Amino acid sequence: MHERFEQITQKEQADAAKVEHAIHVCIAASCLSSQSDKVLEAVQAEIEAGQHKGCQAKGVGCMGLCSRGPLVNVAHKDEKLGETMYQYVTPADAPALVQAASQGKQLKERICPTDVPFFQRQTKIVLENSGRIDPERIEEYIAAGGYSALLTAVTEMTPNDVVDEVLRSGLRGRGGGGYPTGLKWTTVAKADAKLRKYVICNADEGDPGAFMDRSVLESDPHRVLEGMTLAGYAVGARRGYIYVRGEYPLAVARLKKAINQARRLGVLGDGICGTTFNFQIDIRLGAGAFVCGEETALIASVEGKRGQPRPRPPYPAEFGLWGEPTLINNVETFANVAPIIRNGGDWYASIGTEKSKGTKVFALAGSIVNTGLIEVPMGIPLKEIVFEIGGGIPGGHQVKAVQTGGPSGGCIPADYFDTPVDYESLVKLGSIMGSGGMIVMDETSNMVDVARYFMEFCKSESCGKCVPCRVGTVQMYDLLDQIYRGEGTRYELKLLENLCTMVREMSLCGLGQTAPNPVNSTLRYFRHEYLELLRDGDLAVETAVSTPEVQP
Amino acid sequence: MRRSRIITFKINGQDIAAREDETILELARQHEIHIPTLCYLEGVSAYGGCRLCMVEIKGSNRLFPACTTYPDEGMEITTSSERLKAYRKQTVELLFSERNHICAVCVSNGSCELQAQAYDLGLTHVKVPYINPNLPVDASHAYFGLDHNRCILCTRCVRVCDEVEGAHTWDMMGRGAEARIVADLNQPWGDSLSCTSCGKCVQVCPTGALFEKGTSVAEMRKKHEFLPYLRLMREGRDGGEE
Repeated sequence: MHERFEQITQKEQADAAKVEHAIHVCIAASCLSSQSDKVLEAVQAEIEAGQHKGCQAKGVGCMGLCSRGPLVNVAHKDEKLGETMYQYVTPADAPALVQAASQGKQLKERICPTDVPFFQRQTKIVLENSGRIDPERIEEYIAAGGYSALLTAVTEMTPNDVVDEVLRSGLRGRGGGGYPTGLKWTTVAKADAKLRKYVICNADEGDPGAFMDRSVLESDPHRVLEGMTLAGYAVGARRGYIYVRGEYPLAVARLKKAINQARRLGVLGDGICGTTFNFQIDIRLGAGAFVCGEETALIASVEGKRGQPRPRPPYPAEFGLWGEPTLINNVETFANVAPIIRNGGDWYASIGTEKSKGTKVFALAGSIVNTGLIEVPMGIPLKEIVFEIGGGIPGGHQVKAVQTGGPSGGCIPADYFDTPVDYESLVKLGSIMGSGGMIVMDETSNMVDVARYFMEFCKSESCGKCVPCRVGTVQMYDLLDQIYRGEGTRYELKLLENLCTMVREMSLCGLGQTAPNPVNSTLRYFRHEYLELLRDGDLAVETAVSTPEVQP
Repeated sequence: MRRSRIITFKINGQDIAAREDETILELARQHEIHIPTLCYLEGVSAYGGCRLCMVEIKGSNRLFPACTTYPDEGMEITTSSERLKAYRKQTVELLFSERNHICAVCVSNGSCELQAQAYDLGLTHVKVPYINPNLPVDASHAYFGLDHNRCILCTRCVRVCDEVEGAHTWDMMGRGAEARIVADLNQPWGDSLSCTSCGKCVQVCPTGALFEKGTSVAEMRKKHEFLPYLRLMREGRDGGEE
């Protein structure tokens, strides 16, 4: 298998060497929505029609700066010419762009500067191939070092070695909870070997404003397959499922293609890399329920049942899919595995902070200049993300807060922007790391409205199984709505606060337990905005002084 | 068969010996320690949805549902505290606010488990606003009726129909506040081909949501004592072989 990889890599390199000017057009969902497929067609047509020798165009994954799409990157073989990135490219630009590229010149009016912090300050591990390789060709993934970790693992390492490496890396679950990945793997690996174990990849990304997992699946699907296969080898599973939400048709299409390619090449399926290790991966589609991102609900959904959670313990690691030990991690977690095995756990542990290792992918959205996908080392201060990488706030507005963790998270006010972004620090501020959604808000956002928005989301996404979440979210939404409309009093505010505590402690799963978080955190930092909206607000302001802070 | 371990632990300070496959709720019931429940039903699987049976375990800030939690050696459990009482009361309050529970005109008035919980917990007023949803009544079945206004979505009917009768006529549709009990694929109950008209669902329903036709206010008395016996006989636990 090693020779086969060498062969593929050499052929890819030889092919790449023939190309003088490589034109890469982003064909991930965001750029596609602004017609990057048409741009790619136009560029290819132009190359053929104009006989621009040495030019080659291909579609690649996400380049990150989604707000300026469609993005096109031109890389010249001549190192002096380097690379140029273009923004807002239209199909009509194709002739001029190809013309310029073939002559080693630049198309000035479309240049997207890459010497800015947005590109310079990122550390790419999960997204190392995004925007560089064609996600629909396994050869390019292999030429970029892909599947070498799997080959090393199945031929030179024992399953225990793989688990140890992940343990040593200090990787923690990227789905939001931050549970140590190595520990989870150990638990499943230690389960009775006679049992039929499963590996599940949670790709039911549902937080409003979050698109990290979609981007990884669309831009580099093989990375996730490799991570899952490594996990299967490490814990002794023979079968894996990727649970992708149905709203991600492009990701599903690329995954299907990737699975077929991987099977054909022998890095997935029976006898992986010529060994006796077998591992199958199947896709399961979600039907639009946010709660299916919760692991027990997800498992129920994979089993073909109604997607609703069940009490834990027992945890899936012990009693999961079909009642068997099941390892369940999210897309980004699996995407980190191959680099960890390739470069060693110690290398990974050298990035980030003491308790939060590695990098984290964030989807920057909201009132910020550079919206898009970024990957930063853990521990980077929030202000660097907002003001440097994000490029600050547009339209002369003032930044007010950053919302992380979606409907389970909270708002961090601008006064706390020195905080390093890691699991513990964010929890201390009453928010969570979450899966990676980061929504920036300026002074025009009303925090009661923000809380109301997230509660509306929780209300419509509650599965209806347990009473506190099913009815509590409806009541909390109605109270927030009443307050926001200026019809609330201190009585309603008190009711709301009581409900927040009760729903958090009594709900069955994470959805209900964290649904009050946006309310709690906005009450903690922006209580005055609630009080200003109350009908008996004046009185309330006086009493507010003596009201103790709501603890997260 | 692996022999199950016997452990000892405490409920409200009382020492209790238990097989490790018995839940906290079952053990509390054996020792006549009261834990309120609504969705729990002896004889069918536990659901963990009503959240009334939440208990405190020493050393943890979290609350645990007694119906699905198994005790560990040395565990100290509290089944009643000011916090638990307040939360249970709020939970029942939320249930009352959710649909249209008007005891005065209900067939189950006086024998309703929801009403009994409210009395027990001292719920005199509902502080949160009533939602007052507009809900239908399914009277298409020849012998029974389903009034969605009184349903608390405990799924006892779903479980008894599936696990005991084996028909699985009932299930849940929709989510959150839109969740409804449906017969087959959301058909009128009377048109259901899978329903055997055994009436078990009616007997286990804790409220007046499922009722026998022809009963008037406070006339519906439900009997579900048959369930544990049925279950015992099927499992052969009373002396027989598994």
